[in-house]
Amino acid sequence: MFSGLMMNTWITASIVAVIAGMTGFFAVLRGQTFAAHAIPNGAFAGAAGASLIGINVIWGLLVFATGGALAIGALGGEGRDRKSRNDVVTALALVLMLGLGALFISLGSQYAEETYADLFGEVFGVSQGEVLPIAGLGIVAALAIAVAFRPLMLTSALPEVAEARGVSTRRADLYFLVVMALATSMTVPVVGALLMFSLMIGPAAAARSVTARPGTALILSVAIALATVWLSIALSYQTNWPLGFFVGTIGAAFYLIGQAARAVAPRRAVAG
Amino acid sequence: MHYLFEPGLFSSGPVRTALLVGAVVAITSGVIGVFTVMRGQSFAGHSLADVATTGGSGAFLIGVNQFWGFLVAGVAAAAVMEAIGVQRRRGRDVATGVVLGAALGAAALFLYLGTLRTATTGASFSVLFGSIFVISPDTVPALVASGVIALLVVAVLARVLLLTSVSPDLARARGVNVRLVGIAYLAALAVSVSLAAVAIGAVLSTALLIGPSATALRITKTPGRAMAVSALAGLVATWLGIVLAYDSYYWPPHGRGWPVSFFVVALVLVGYLLSYVRPRGKRVPRSPHEGVECSPA
Repeated sequence: MFSGLMMNTWITASIVAVIAGMTGFFAVLRGQTFAAHAIPNGAFAGAAGASLIGINVIWGLLVFATGGALAIGALGGEGRDRKSRNDVVTALALVLMLGLGALFISLGSQYAEETYADLFGEVFGVSQGEVLPIAGLGIVAALAIAVAFRPLMLTSALPEVAEARGVSTRRADLYFLVVMALATSMTVPVVGALLMFSLMIGPAAAARSVTARPGTALILSVAIALATVWLSIALSYQTNWPLGFFVGTIGAAFYLIGQAARAVAPRRAVAG
Repeated sequence: MHYLFEPGLFSSGPVRTALLVGAVVAITSGVIGVFTVMRGQSFAGHSLADVATTGGSGAFLIGVNQFWGFLVAGVAAAAVMEAIGVQRRRGRDVATGVVLGAALGAAALFLYLGTLRTATTGASFSVLFGSIFVISPDTVPALVASGVIALLVVAVLARVLLLTSVSPDLARARGVNVRLVGIAYLAALAVSVSLAAVAIGAVLSTALLIGPSATALRITKTPGRAMAVSALAGLVATWLGIVLAYDSYYWPPHGRGWPVSFFVVALVLVGYLLSYVRPRGKRVPRSPHEGVECSPA
């Protein structure tokens, strides 16, 4: 379980979990759960496009993920109808990217097996060369979030106050979406689009339901993401069942535990 | 005309089935989508389609017709989302996301077990993206019937649903059981979405649910008209998409058709973007009182 090739898996998955825990925390806090689903899924279509024209998959992922993020950010709403307008724009950006993905796949000679890998990931086949870029990207994403931590927090928690102080919610949305796009374009080929989403939402939502303090919740979110990934790898290694299944169900289980803990604890945590 | 309708288009059985099912899906999604967009439940609408995928792959695994898998999973997911709070404005995205994450995990497992057993590699692709040209004629009556049922539920509830969408508090004050209406609506949404998932694929059913209705809500003033425009726009996009996909067998690369879902999505998107460029003079006034029922989107 801890042999040479498996070590790459453990390291990569841990870095991915840290990235997902951090970005997921803000995705949940800012109500951008849908975008967290749409961007990795849309990026997968980019991978199909890249392999159709015969370039490195990473370029397709980057173009589609950032393109989707920019489209959602640029067409998104502001103020009172921010939420519903964002949802519509996110849905349309997602279907456009997936529609293109369907086209690329049917035009290409790629086997369905490879599509399957992009959606569900192949974390057990990570090579040494793939670990370094992901580590680098993890650091970049962490820095990007650390630098903008205060404006991101402010626009999430108190949008009106943020506007009054001259911090644009819309620009913060755009900034965060691009960070999320960069993070996912690196992680999708390794862990898959679906798993990346589960890993962003479950742990962050669980963390948020037990504590209202942003710093604590952020650390807890990363910790739960790590626990989820480690448990999932061990179980997946033992049973040979897909990793995504374990990440999805364990993430949901953590959320339910968090909700239960909040229900029995004195009401101090914020709603949501 | 000959260039648009390639020879054999209307005499082909699969095409006729596709046109019929496509029409039912487009109209059902168009009407129900108006409420989905107004209630800000686009994410739930999309998630139900993805969750239905799980049902589809589960059905594939046990060898049942995929339609029933889609339907059961969709309705069950709607019930779970309702139970953990999809109706609350705050936190419902998270509830939706958690259900979706768990369901996608299960889908991964089902597909994995499915490929172990039968070694059919095309399964995951067709479950996700659908294939309107390979609907078996036996399923058509069930597809049409569930579409009609979903439409009936929404038609009966239309007035109450509108009220609870625009102002839940007012509805509550008038003695409406907001929660019950919400559940009935979510069930109708689940049925309509699973129907679309069978026809144009789980993922892309979102296109027909959200695209035409968001467009219609932007260009019309009343919800009634929005529903009519939305159903019509969806119908046009679907039929044109089917015709183009049929024609595309004669396009390069030769003998390999372009997917229907691509054409439908492209057409739906063009419609939405066009709604942004309407002439300035005709712009609907957006005071807080006027046109409030159409404000989202």
